[in-house]
Amino acid sequence: MGRKLLLEHINEPGIQTFEVYRKKGGYSSVEKALKTMKPDDVTEEVKKSGLRGRGGAGFPAGMKWSFIDKKSEKPRYLVCNADESEPGTFKDRYLMEKIPHILIEGMITSSYALGAKTSYIYIRGEYMYIVRILEKAIEEAYANGFLGKNILGTDYSLDLYVHPGAGAYICGEETALLESLEGKRGNPRLKPPFPAIAGLYACPTVVNNVETIAAVVPIINMGGDEYSKIGVGKSTGTKLISASGHINKPGVYEIELGLPVEEFIFSEEYCGGIWKDRRMKAVVAGGSSVPILPANLILTTAKGEPRLMTYESLADGGFATGTMLGSGGFIVLDETASIVENLYTFARFYHHESCGQCSPCREGTGWMEKILHRLQNGHGKKEDIDILVDVAKKIEGNTICPLGDAAAWPVASAVRHFRKEFEEAALVHAHKELVA
Amino acid sequence: MAKLTIDGIEVEVPDGTTILNAARQIGGEVVPPAMCYYSSLKETGGKCRVCLVKVAQGSGKDPRPMPKLVASCRTPVADGMVVQNITSPEVLEARKGVVEFLLLNHPLDCPICDQAGECDLQNLAYEHGAAHTRYEEDRRTFDKIDIGDKIKLHMTRCILCYRCTYVANQLTDNRVHGVLGRGDKSEISTYIEKAIDNDFSGNMIDVCPVGALTDKTFRFKSRVWFTKPMDAHRDCPKCSGKVVLWMKGEEVLRVSARKDQYGEVKEYICNECRYDHKNVKDWTVEGPRHIDHHSVISQNHYEKIDLQKLKKEVERQLVFQKGKQLPEPNNALNG
Repeated sequence: MGRKLLLEHINEPGIQTFEVYRKKGGYSSVEKALKTMKPDDVTEEVKKSGLRGRGGAGFPAGMKWSFIDKKSEKPRYLVCNADESEPGTFKDRYLMEKIPHILIEGMITSSYALGAKTSYIYIRGEYMYIVRILEKAIEEAYANGFLGKNILGTDYSLDLYVHPGAGAYICGEETALLESLEGKRGNPRLKPPFPAIAGLYACPTVVNNVETIAAVVPIINMGGDEYSKIGVGKSTGTKLISASGHINKPGVYEIELGLPVEEFIFSEEYCGGIWKDRRMKAVVAGGSSVPILPANLILTTAKGEPRLMTYESLADGGFATGTMLGSGGFIVLDETASIVENLYTFARFYHHESCGQCSPCREGTGWMEKILHRLQNGHGKKEDIDILVDVAKKIEGNTICPLGDAAAWPVASAVRHFRKEFEEAALVHAHKELVA
Repeated sequence: MAKLTIDGIEVEVPDGTTILNAARQIGGEVVPPAMCYYSSLKETGGKCRVCLVKVAQGSGKDPRPMPKLVASCRTPVADGMVVQNITSPEVLEARKGVVEFLLLNHPLDCPICDQAGECDLQNLAYEHGAAHTRYEEDRRTFDKIDIGDKIKLHMTRCILCYRCTYVANQLTDNRVHGVLGRGDKSEISTYIEKAIDNDFSGNMIDVCPVGALTDKTFRFKSRVWFTKPMDAHRDCPKCSGKVVLWMKGEEVLRVSARKDQYGEVKEYICNECRYDHKNVKDWTVEGPRHIDHHSVISQNHYEKIDLQKLKKEVERQLVFQKGKQLPEPNNALNG
């Protein structure tokens, strides 16, 4: 059994309530931080832990905190990115729904480290029922002196708000999120300046994912050094993985980073193998925005070593043989799945969700979807495959925010690894032409 | 001050200057094109992506290259920075891609478009585009709408540069228009069919790089190359009163603001000057406007050649083309 840090008490009856959560040791990180540590010490522990952002990019969290402009006389903000909208990713929802107080606790401890007096949880509009769960948890935290003025009798005061968005994937991009939080259209900002210098209301701001903030709780409780012993290399700690697709046991799992991918997919503790005893065809390892890998490459690296659930092992030196851990949205496809159809579904999503600010993303995502629609429906030509790859290449790296990359990477990798399927789809058209 | 090189040419500019504006100080071929950036409007730029350049060296202190191409209109320079514009095949390839994207949903109806001859996208496509399109899908179309009594919006031609929304935000009162929808379904529109009727709304026409916003008092009256642009001014209590009269014989067909070499208006004009003074007697005519000889507007347009200016242009070309075979100055005169 792997070690559980975030989901340790998930099955405890009533863990959603402050009372039970507290009985199980909840809010001890707040007590420890506020009463025995200076804010910079908290940041230092997070740095020592090696915690990397759990939203997808994997940037070291402690380093991100240390970028915050401390010379600025403006207020500082911590914003929790709970706009979990990536297809295949649903782990934050699970955490917030089942054990909301771990997020509130993480918010308080992290806000203290950053010197924030006001913090926000920006949550996607579709999670309205979780808004109510969080608001109740916040109310309980206020009632028990963990939020508001002079928390636990110390000089530190904090107000925490939950802010639902109107339902746009792009609002999960941190600067679009800040625009939306300010009441504007959720368009990504051009960087620099980065949020650590000019974020919410042009003030120094840190934006962290739900899981990242929740992970601060065990880090402070056990100490950064201890936390860094879990995992492999630069992939430390535990990670929530939302597993879906053609597996026997879809769900949210907390794994220790470094777990072999094969064990994750086939062991009874986790996914329980491929359903209906079929063969595995492909895996999207980190949410729909990462490159798709065929079965042989997801289990072993290019060097022939077992693939591990770590940022480094999954990346495998590049996209030719690797992918990304991303947000941990693990989608498994069996031998009956059509890559063209799945890619079309992804492309449709990114086309729909592009904000439309910059030309390559606005026009390119739609073009890719239309080509895939034709291929999927027997109207595509063989030449379309190269055009598709070229369009993806022209989008990648040329857009304001990473949504363009997110739309392009699955396309390039799917054609790279499964070109034959695309050619077969195009053959349908060629056949129709011949018959006519 | 920061010293940097753009395509091998050194330039020194104040700190905080963007790469694009540093390139504009050099002038000529090293200046990246810009469809959405507009120097007199705050916060513009970064959207169209045609001004992408490669930063081969971040600065003297940190010589690492920037990992991706950057929007030159929004990226500040650093001392020791090395920038590649037309000397980078990667940039030219990306720009060709962006032009292709911009033309996906932009109809190539130049023969009937009022902006023909003055269209930035036409120029951009000529310089960086491909001869044929690979796009075979249906294109986005919209009905034409009146946004105010003097402006026609043909959204089908819009490339969503957002310039007109910045004009509305920054130059006029009571903003009533913006962008609706998202992705390629985005459209410029007024707020619940409101009209844009404030004193400076006409400037939206001048900042539009394509033919999406047109002057209803001029639409279809003439082709721009059949007109004679004349600098003129009048004593106006609202604006500088400095305009260009687009004349056919003695008739004033259109009044617009004066644009610089990058197609940008430096002094915006009011609607009264633009629409209500179409009589040449209302104006003090200063003389023919300088039109670049590459422009289609220069057809049938004569003005006295400024030899000093021409000499400087030749000298600049010599600097830029060092190492290459140099054109004879007389050739430039004939161009």
